[in-house]
Amino acid sequence: MPASPPDTELEQIELDLFVQALRRRYGYDFSQYAPASLTRRVRQLVHTHHCGSISTLTARLLHEADFVTKVIRGLSVPVSEMFRDPPVFRALRERVLPVLASYPQITIWQAGCAHGQEVYSLAILLQEAGLYERSHIFATDFNSDALLRAQEGIYPARDAQLWSRNYLEAGGAYSLASYYSARYDFIKLDQKLRRHITFANHNLVADKMFCEAHLVLCRNVLIYFSNPLQNRTLELFRDSLVRGGHLCLGLRESLDFAPVATDFTAVDASLRLYRRTSQPASRERNEQA
Amino acid sequence: MNKLEAIAIGCSKGGFNALKLLLGALDPRLQQTLLVCCHTGGGTDVLASLLASHSTLPVIEAGERQPARAGTVHVAPGGYHLLLEHDRHFALSVDEQVCFSRPSIDVLFGSAADVYHAALIGVVLTGANGDGAEGLAQIRAHGGIAVVQTPDSAEAAAMPQAALDIAGADYCLPLEQIAALINRLCLT
Repeated sequence: MPASPPDTELEQIELDLFVQALRRRYGYDFSQYAPASLTRRVRQLVHTHHCGSISTLTARLLHEADFVTKVIRGLSVPVSEMFRDPPVFRALRERVLPVLASYPQITIWQAGCAHGQEVYSLAILLQEAGLYERSHIFATDFNSDALLRAQEGIYPARDAQLWSRNYLEAGGAYSLASYYSARYDFIKLDQKLRRHITFANHNLVADKMFCEAHLVLCRNVLIYFSNPLQNRTLELFRDSLVRGGHLCLGLRESLDFAPVATDFTAVDASLRLYRRTSQPASRERNEQA
Repeated sequence: MNKLEAIAIGCSKGGFNALKLLLGALDPRLQQTLLVCCHTGGGTDVLASLLASHSTLPVIEAGERQPARAGTVHVAPGGYHLLLEHDRHFALSVDEQVCFSRPSIDVLFGSAADVYHAALIGVVLTGANGDGAEGLAQIRAHGGIAVVQTPDSAEAAAMPQAALDIAGADYCLPLEQIAALINRLCLT
């Protein structure tokens, strides 16, 4: 056993200063992120960039041009799949799209779109349902680097097999291969899928609502937020949804313990698919309070 | 009260059978929090319910933001890394795979070591890759106790062997003797 265990108090001080530096110098506020994952990602950054300590990482963040881009890339870790959790996309196809079909114009917001895998999946669903021409999807993320990647729609070919299986399990009628071209070790999605997608920088921590959506999709983002930030983000989603609009969260995320729970009803609780009910009563209560 | 607060267990290939045997032989009076990470590939939603019928202690899937309970076995859900916050609530993540695995034993062990420090036992059982070795080293660095199944008694030797090579162990025992060791360490 080593004589001195890791100095966790010192690390906490360094971590606090890192978060403060990132916010004060660059405007990215991670102070309300859930600590366990944030700590792990910061340690990985220290390791990746051979910094030795979080303090050294902070120094480079403050003094080195463009280092912040690398830091943000490391703190956002955009991992996803096309048609991830196929039963969710099947439910979107079979239960949500028929409702969306009743609107003359369909607005969808995917918050935290990472490299775009899920937003292109949505575009394919809409296209196959004959709804894409009257749809608009806002795909947002706080990581500009990820947004560029999302716009390109280029992915490693090794992922295509799983994604094709996901697509079929989600009720896809064709072959996913009809939506991409393969070259060497990469696949490139048909750029026509992009025609009704707007990729935009939006930070759930700081930015406000910007659209009135019929469907908000935000999966595996809230798990990284502390409870207050999670609650605030859910309020933002509620306020961004039309009455009867759908909200789709990650399979391990839940509305159940959030104050906004009363403003939603479950369409399928196990798939974390919800629908905004009436006029948000809780907001009126808050205003009176 | 015994100073040990938690026991973190990691395994992959052959892990289900090993867990059945281990959890079935634990003393039901244990007050420690048990954390289990078992690679099963794909959704493991059924792992907790399958293990429950073999365990002397209640087995549940660790839920996002749910408290880590005393005397309860919490199983990492499939497809997510399982971490602990300092307030002893669970946190999940979909960060990249570690050792080709999500959930990863390294992630769980490292996070548990941050929270429980020396009041933690880490147990590495049968498995076919090196996940868990780094995590076990972190547990030892915090003063926790490392227990590794003897590789020749494991269905797959790679995981316990990697743990011995990288982290070393305070106890290296055949599977059948590990429950008795945990009972003794936790109840005396």
